[in-house]
Amino acid sequence: MRITYPHMGNLYIVIRALLTSLGLELVLPPPTSNRTVELGVRYAPEFACFPLKLNLGNFLEARELGADTILMAGGVGPCRFGYYAQVQREILEDLGIKMEMVVLEPPDTNWGELKDKIRYLLGDRSWWELVKAIRFAWYKARAVDLVEERVLYLRPRVVQPLELENKYREILHRIDEAPDKRELDRIVKNFFNFSQRLPRKSGSFLRAGLVGEIFTVLEPFANYDLERRLGLLGVEVTRSIFLSGWINEHLFRGLLRVKGTKHAKKLAAPYLNSFVGGHGRETVGSTVDFARQDYDGVIQVAPFTCMPEIVAHSVLPAVTKDYGIPTLTFYLDEQSGEAGIQTRLEAFVDLMAARRERMRKENR
Amino acid sequence: MDLVLGIDVGSVSTNLILLDLAGEPYLTPLYLRTQGRPIAVLQQGLALLEEQLSSGDRICGVGTTGSARFLAGVLTGADIIKNEITAHAVAALRIVPDARTILEIGGQDSKIIILRDGIVVDFAMNTVCAAGTGSFLDQQAFRLNLSIEEFGALALEAANPVRIAGRCTVFAESDMIHKQQMGHALPDIIAGLCEALVRNYLNNVGKGKEVLPPVVFQGGVAANFGMRAAFEKVLKTEIIIPPYYNVMGAYGAALLAREYVKEKGQTNFRGFQVANLQYQPWSFECKGCSNRCEIIEIREGKQVLARWGDRCGRWGTSVGEAEEVKSIS
Ligand code: SF4
Repeated sequence: MRITYPHMGNLYIVIRALLTSLGLELVLPPPTSNRTVELGVRYAPEFACFPLKLNLGNFLEARELGADTILMAGGVGPCRFGYYAQVQREILEDLGIKMEMVVLEPPDTNWGELKDKIRYLLGDRSWWELVKAIRFAWYKARAVDLVEERVLYLRPRVVQPLELENKYREILHRIDEAPDKRELDRIVKNFFNFSQRLPRKSGSFLRAGLVGEIFTVLEPFANYDLERRLGLLGVEVTRSIFLSGWINEHLFRGLLRVKGTKHAKKLAAPYLNSFVGGHGRETVGSTVDFARQDYDGVIQVAPFTCMPEIVAHSVLPAVTKDYGIPTLTFYLDEQSGEAGIQTRLEAFVDLMAARRERMRKENR
Repeated sequence: MDLVLGIDVGSVSTNLILLDLAGEPYLTPLYLRTQGRPIAVLQQGLALLEEQLSSGDRICGVGTTGSARFLAGVLTGADIIKNEITAHAVAALRIVPDARTILEIGGQDSKIIILRDGIVVDFAMNTVCAAGTGSFLDQQAFRLNLSIEEFGALALEAANPVRIAGRCTVFAESDMIHKQQMGHALPDIIAGLCEALVRNYLNNVGKGKEVLPPVVFQGGVAANFGMRAAFEKVLKTEIIIPPYYNVMGAYGAALLAREYVKEKGQTNFRGFQVANLQYQPWSFECKGCSNRCEIIEIREGKQVLARWGDRCGRWGTSVGEAEEVKSIS
């Protein structure tokens, strides 16, 4: 069994830790690239969401490297994500590609089925080994998130952006390779020390919240490197979703103390009271959350035609009206023009800066 | 006279405008077709301007905007490089200081900008539909063998505008042909088409935005009487068309450059000789990582003026200030 799974930002590091510590053999797809898009777009239905196309491209590229089994997440609720795995399986079958697809549904719905699937993957390894592997993967997720949060903070501030990006890439690589928790702690500490020494610009910086559908938030390829673009324009970005938060909520049932989306769900009322699938409710709630913390603006990202996010989008003007926080929405797919994205980002940054300037004057 | 230069290089048109230090236009603004050759057309525009200047005239500030703003900025040595949304807003506010809505429809792009108390509070740009409204109107006028002026004027003669399907220009065109074949009068069809385009713009670009007067309508399409009348009919308010409606981006860029000069007191302008230099833009694929970015490079002789297209910042970046772009060689 040679397992592969789709990319979503730095998720690969976490899953790799999980699978390899169980002794499973895995074939990581090459990083998502234009070629991935080309492959995915060629075989997926035109109006499928962008993540489905990228996943498919990942699978095809992993297949070329010898993968024979796909590990894919499933989902429940009104969002189309629940069908992804099935649709992808059909497409691969039609292409005459034989790959086994193991679909893991979130355990909040059906423990029994999940157990069988995991048993299948585990072979004759014990449940205790699984627990240990999960714990290790969890540490990696935390390490990645701590570093990413730091990078988001630093990007607008450093004098030499390239130096930071290079270090960031190196650190990710080292986290990926780290054999145990001690090493992980050392790497993270090392990075924080390094970041203290980086020459910085002075002054105050705009702060923007990033909300939306999880894949487009976490995968820089899908969101056209939005975070980095904003950083270069002098904006500190705060994500509403981090990997560890998501894992904690879905796998550990929110037992650990990391920031999750529970809070955001509550804040979504009175604007949006029901589950609309995906992260629609969290998008609204997080926007309220950012507004309350005096952020300068909120940017929402979602795949083109993403239903839960369209619902959220249509609610955001009400939040803007109550809190006065500006929002900007990007629907992304393979046809999004880079120039248009850059232009709108720059204009939004001007807008946030003008607003802050005015508030400063009013408060005097 | 001391002047500031504003340049807007878009995909359809390239515009240049000169302002005096009071912010008043000097000479007639240039409106040129980009024709897919932004560098050559920009050089041509600079040469045309230079010819008209008198010996005492001096450029003491340059601003660029438009989708090729970085390219134009690097070539001319711009003091400020601004996105077209901000540039358009700055220009409109100069002419209508209490404007609360700006409708902007050019050849390829459409945008709506919402202002309150003189600052931009919201905006939207066309994504898929309502694209190319200007080009589409040109094309329809051509198909009917009318000049674009005649085309717009005919709309005003309509007695009963017919309803044209306006989801996008593809649907609009086929429906228009259908209505023609059914024998509707041309003015009614043209007026109907303008209304369809306006509906489409308001539904797609202006969706969810609160359009309050004063409303300023700018961009090349503002010249079309039919479109203006259709907006007035749908929005039930007077529409203001500024005098330099089709070069407002360049105008805004010039106003921003003027502010910059006031503060800094000097310019990076590389001079009109830029018009005579040879530039070789070319591109290559970076194999540094799996992204395989297409890097575009502009050279002047042996010297690399700028590179962009990379995702990682390795080759210099299209985001950021002009100076950052220039420092990479
Ligand atoms: S420019 Fe940077 S991101 Fe693009 S292919 Fe080269 S190394 Fe990779």
